[in-house]
Amino acid sequence: MFEKVLTLALFILTLSILFALYRLLKGPSMPDRVMALDSIGIHLISGVAILSVLFRSHAFLDIILLLGILSFIGTIAFARFIERGVVIERGNDK
Amino acid sequence: MKPNDILLAAVTKIAVLIILTFSIDLFFSGHHNPGGGFIGGLGIASSLVLMYLTFGTEAVNKLIPVDFKTVAAIGVLIAVLTGAGSFLFDAPFLSQTYGYFELPILGKTELATALIFDTGVALAVIGSAVTIILSISEDR
Repeated sequence: MFEKVLTLALFILTLSILFALYRLLKGPSMPDRVMALDSIGIHLISGVAILSVLFRSHAFLDIILLLGILSFIGTIAFARFIERGVVIERGNDK
Repeated sequence: MKPNDILLAAVTKIAVLIILTFSIDLFFSGHHNPGGGFIGGLGIASSLVLMYLTFGTEAVNKLIPVDFKTVAAIGVLIAVLTGAGSFLFDAPFLSQTYGYFELPILGKTELATALIFDTGVALAVIGSAVTIILSISEDR
């Protein structure tokens, strides 16, 4: 029963990733695409978490942290690019 | 224009510490668990990129006065010398060994020569990744 629920959750996550992918390809504005990319990252994280519950192993837990870090940095870079037009600033004496 | 991202700066000061700790843990957990030099180096490079994103290149260059091209070169040199060091013991290229030692705090630990090779790989990955990202961001 529990495994059926987890498999169903994985299926729904895949469906949700597909919808986010549609928004990523079709999104009218740039922030839509960034939000879609961030949400795909979060879906991947939850998919890995469900897989590690399903396989009863904690070998995948490092992937969750790493995906979280990379998606966080990517979202920050995109947000900065949208807001300022430049990702890494140069003349900044602080 | 001076950026004024208080939230981003406050988050970065804590997140960089967490990312660096996690990367060093990944680096040492190689060889038996998922991890190793490549992914540890990528984690450290991503934390450096986060610092560059938040504080700008000048401030970080003042904090870390290191040319990352030389870091990559030193890493490749360490890796190659570790591989060639096995010639001294009449072994094939890149062969490795390990042993158990009594360390003061850690107790009985397994030390492998693959860790030195992994250090070279990590330095090469850090240097090349940060160099690529900085040189992409500097086109004007």
